[in-house]
Amino acid sequence: MQVLLRVTDLNVSYRGAGSNQRHAVENVSFEIAEGEVLGLMGESGCGKTSIALALLGLLSKDQAHVSGSIQFRAKELLSTDQRSLRAIRGAGISLVFQEPELALSPVMKIRDQVAEVIHAHNDWKWQRCRTEAELALARVGLANSPRIFSAYPHQLSGGQRQRVVLAQALACNPALLIADEPAASLDARSQSELLALLRELQRELRISILLISHAPEVQASLADRLMVMANGRIVEQGPFEQLYRNPSHVCTRAVLRAAAAAGVPENLDLEMVT
Amino acid sequence: MKRETLQSDSKRFEPLLRVSGLCKQYVQRRPFSRQKIVVNAFQDVSLNLFPGTTLALVGESGAGKSSLARCIALLERPSAGKIELAGENLLVLDREQLFPLRREIQMIFQDPSSALNPRFTACEIIAEPLLIQREGTNSQRRARALQLMEQVGLDPAWERKTPLEFSGGQRQRLAIARALALGPRLLILDEALSNLDAANQSLILKLLADLQAARSLSFLHISHDLRLVSEFADDVAVMYQGRIVEAKSTRKLFASPENPYTKELLASVRSVESILLERSA
Repeated sequence: MQVLLRVTDLNVSYRGAGSNQRHAVENVSFEIAEGEVLGLMGESGCGKTSIALALLGLLSKDQAHVSGSIQFRAKELLSTDQRSLRAIRGAGISLVFQEPELALSPVMKIRDQVAEVIHAHNDWKWQRCRTEAELALARVGLANSPRIFSAYPHQLSGGQRQRVVLAQALACNPALLIADEPAASLDARSQSELLALLRELQRELRISILLISHAPEVQASLADRLMVMANGRIVEQGPFEQLYRNPSHVCTRAVLRAAAAAGVPENLDLEMVT
Repeated sequence: MKRETLQSDSKRFEPLLRVSGLCKQYVQRRPFSRQKIVVNAFQDVSLNLFPGTTLALVGESGAGKSSLARCIALLERPSAGKIELAGENLLVLDREQLFPLRREIQMIFQDPSSALNPRFTACEIIAEPLLIQREGTNSQRRARALQLMEQVGLDPAWERKTPLEFSGGQRQRLAIARALALGPRLLILDEALSNLDAANQSLILKLLADLQAARSLSFLHISHDLRLVSEFADDVAVMYQGRIVEAKSTRKLFASPENPYTKELLASVRSVESILLERSA
């Protein structure tokens, strides 16, 4: 498998008050192959989101200091100017956030919001972008109906809104999708529907995913490999099942087993409820 | 020893909170017209919560869980029904009569960042309920706040920090300390754990269990995480489209759900093991 993204010795530090700098990410190196899903876990505040933002070049220079190397399709992103980065964002690497409410404009119909992404990356007439947007929305399972297409975000449920964000992210066929807690704000049913959809789309479109989530069940249903972070460093990395069965680092055990320990009692098997 | 158990047994049969036939309607007016839209948030809800136990309220988004919680916390007025706290109907009381009773019911919200005033220090946040209820002097309130900080696992030396200087888990501890300040009997937790990571979730759960045991607190805990519910709840009420469709002990509910919606809800709970099994197949 070919390497799609190679991150070497990535450091991110935020400028704090005065001269004290906060190191959010320290010497992080990893690779994502084409068509691979890499899970990223760790306690809140360990630097997961900082990595996601750094990959997209979304950290401004006055705010944070980023060093190291991020190679996407063998092209160095850290030395790329904003103009070319803009072409990569959305079409090469795209991002899905936790809160669809914040990612969508409340005053724009959803078809137009998706069309806008397509318009930004292609020299197409607006009409064509809208048609493409409808296809993108249909692909994420939003029924092919005018009611949905011309709805405003507040008229949709949380699960539907997250699908709209996903449609935006996938509209320009990116090679890498960064999903930052994509299912955390959803209830159990919408969550499992969204995960099933993500898995189906990932297989169909052969995209790579960097999946940030603190839920072991979410990681289990998608991640091929898992990377565990603590205090800005990667403490363990390997195939998901291997890390789940025998975690060697105490943090891995904490993030994977803490939920298992607080889980459904062993004797309550799933056969009993179905 | 025997007398004690007898007493606690009889206590268990007398609910601390008894909700019966509770309804809440929201009336919205369409802009530029006289047309009114009536939305039934929940209808005919009845439930009992016993002293020292935890009742979990589960259901999908939009089922009416949070509206119900806000009504029970007396933040909103229900349209019909009864809320009885230790035998006293709260809905016939006026503002003034309710004031001393509000200390008995406290609420903890999902997002501690928006539930805490960013310009207050930790100490001020915890002492505020005491100030509102006009309890003690300044120094007494501060002493109480520091004591509470210690109880919830926050270093009292951080009393002058503001919420933004705390991590998510610490902020939730701060919210818990504030809720405990007036010595309530009932705590309402509205998705209080869902913004936390797994490690913090189990730490906070442990803290809540310890507090419950020490003060015989009752919890009404709203959650959509059935995995956690099975761990902490004594009883579970399942809400669907504004009604409670099933309510029974946690063990019974997980072992033999009767309502079709409950069955569907439980089927959506997947263990890591079962997911891995399915993936390898």
